[in-house]
Amino acid sequence: MSDESTNQGIPEPEGHSEIIDTEYEIGQDNIETQIGPFGLDIHNPVFLISGLSIIAFVFYTLALPEQAGNLFSWLFSFVTKGFDWFFIGAGNIFVLFCLLLIVTPLGKVRLGGADATPDYSYVGWFAMLFAAGMGIGLMFYGVSEPMSHFSSSMGGTVVGEDGVRTDWAPLGAAAGDQHEAIRLGMAATIYHWGLHPWAMYAVVALALALFSYNKGLPLTIRSAFYPIFGDRVWGWIGHVIDVLAVFATLFGLATSLGFGATQANAGLNELFGIPVGETTEVILITVITSIALISVVRGLDGGVKVLSEINMGLALLLLVFVLIAGPTLAILTGFADYLLAYVEYLPALSVPFGREDVNYSQGWTSFYWAWWISWSPFVGMFIARVSRGRSVREFVVCVLLIPSLVCVLWMSVFGGVAIQQVVQDGYTAAQDAPLELKLFKMLDMLPMTGITSFIGIVLVIVFFVTSSDSGSLVIDTITAGGKVDAPVPQRVFWCVFEGAVAIVLLLSAGGLSSLQSMVISTGLPFTVVLLLMCWAIWRGLMAERR
Amino acid sequence: MFTTIVVPVDLAHEDKLGKALTVSADLAKQYGAKIIYLGVTSAMPGKLGHNPAEYAEKLQAFAAAQAAKFGVTADAKAEVSHDPTIDLDKTLMKAADAVGADLIVMASHVPGLADYIWPSNGGTVASHSKASVMVVRG
Repeated sequence: MSDESTNQGIPEPEGHSEIIDTEYEIGQDNIETQIGPFGLDIHNPVFLISGLSIIAFVFYTLALPEQAGNLFSWLFSFVTKGFDWFFIGAGNIFVLFCLLLIVTPLGKVRLGGADATPDYSYVGWFAMLFAAGMGIGLMFYGVSEPMSHFSSSMGGTVVGEDGVRTDWAPLGAAAGDQHEAIRLGMAATIYHWGLHPWAMYAVVALALALFSYNKGLPLTIRSAFYPIFGDRVWGWIGHVIDVLAVFATLFGLATSLGFGATQANAGLNELFGIPVGETTEVILITVITSIALISVVRGLDGGVKVLSEINMGLALLLLVFVLIAGPTLAILTGFADYLLAYVEYLPALSVPFGREDVNYSQGWTSFYWAWWISWSPFVGMFIARVSRGRSVREFVVCVLLIPSLVCVLWMSVFGGVAIQQVVQDGYTAAQDAPLELKLFKMLDMLPMTGITSFIGIVLVIVFFVTSSDSGSLVIDTITAGGKVDAPVPQRVFWCVFEGAVAIVLLLSAGGLSSLQSMVISTGLPFTVVLLLMCWAIWRGLMAERR
Repeated sequence: MFTTIVVPVDLAHEDKLGKALTVSADLAKQYGAKIIYLGVTSAMPGKLGHNPAEYAEKLQAFAAAQAAKFGVTADAKAEVSHDPTIDLDKTLMKAADAVGADLIVMASHVPGLADYIWPSNGGTVASHSKASVMVVRG
């Protein structure tokens, strides 16, 4: 559809937009050099500092595993337990801010100037933002999270000796009331996958898109801070922001790649009896990285977009299959009921202070918020890259509301079927299975298990590839000072580097989990960053002609 | 012999275009052909403009300067690509086709080791374009 139109020459001047006039010339800090036969065009010093500090951290974790493990897990629990109120409160602000943009006249501002036309069709656009944004989590938590909250809600509240609740149930639980426990469990899950994470992504994406397309600043995280720091943003403040973003993105991708390989391995073992072990996992990471490599070398349109569309097609196929093969009517009425439950429980779930369900609000919500926020520079920047030509209102509706609805549907179908299996048929295999096998145990009870489980495995792998390739493009752009036409070897380097870091961490005992704790801890500084971005977006939009 | 000569230009590396610009102008005069300077940009802000429209203006100015310098008829055409690193060749060939080019004059570097992995743009265009292609080295 409109994908084709962009190669028909430059559109006429794209209507009014408020260019920010700065002395900074994009690429002025870049070094163009030749290493061996390969040309490079990299930002000085962001490229080097990011690369070296990543290597240093990997070495630190390998050399002093215990010390690093202790430090990072202390940091992690300090952040998620000490700042739960901050995460939960900030999350609410992001959602309200996005909803406000939809209803105010600011929603009319178009990204890329008043007359810009969209770069991608709805299908391609949506496939890409969804594949980058949620990815693998849906595969692993779709069955397990509703189940966990349902079980803990059924169990009721337990108060320990010190008067603090020790159960993991959300809110006041629903002891013994099966129907209400399902509703509460679903609402508590949807809360983590619905409006809030997408609002976080939307804020970052909107800030970057606005400051690049409308204000003419380079497509890199620091640009969103121009209204706050002015031209100082091209100096050390900006370097720190960009390096932190690269850091969070690369370690976020590498650690999930490592864990994902472990989980995919378990699935392959269950299905085909492929042995579980480091060899298989290293092979899996290599395969995933190789496919991602092909994808980045084929480019945004020929690789990333195509894979995202395949990914969405497969996910849709699986969703529709489970919907039809499972108790269709119960799922559909469930969908409406759970949506309602979400709306009903949302105010209570999002209260930042005085929570009694500490395990739920700190162990789940606060963890998730830190996690989503640590991913937001990557996902946000990728969404920004593909969203030119959309109006702010259209953008927020499509990045916030539609993905949220899709997540509600996904959770209702996968979690709903698994819970029905327990409640109706007394089939508890999915409930009892370890995290990585829950999906497959649930599929076991439906017809055509062999085919659907195979699709499940393929989806797990493709979801990883679509995160890995878009992540490499994002890191490449940041470390090239916002240039999107840097030489190919650079994106190849980041893609391979990410796979290599994942393999090294996988082979070291505890390396993966301790570094993941560290990545999630970066969610704290980025929450401040996101709050500042809201303000920057507001100011930026006010200056645009509506 | 030729009526429309397309000259792909990378305005960020204008210094490397010298030979190709001169030889294309000579050919244009020889055959009374029109030159179209073709540039590819991304929609992102870059060194050459905050947005595609600014880039197009720069390219137009470049074409006008070349026309005055060599005394040839020249025009400019700017193309937007989502991912110029990868899609450059494809975008160039499509645009050359669209303007009805019968000759493409293209600057290129002397092939090195890296060209076995990623062929130069000149090399790829020469292998795949329907028009005649002159690759100017160095």
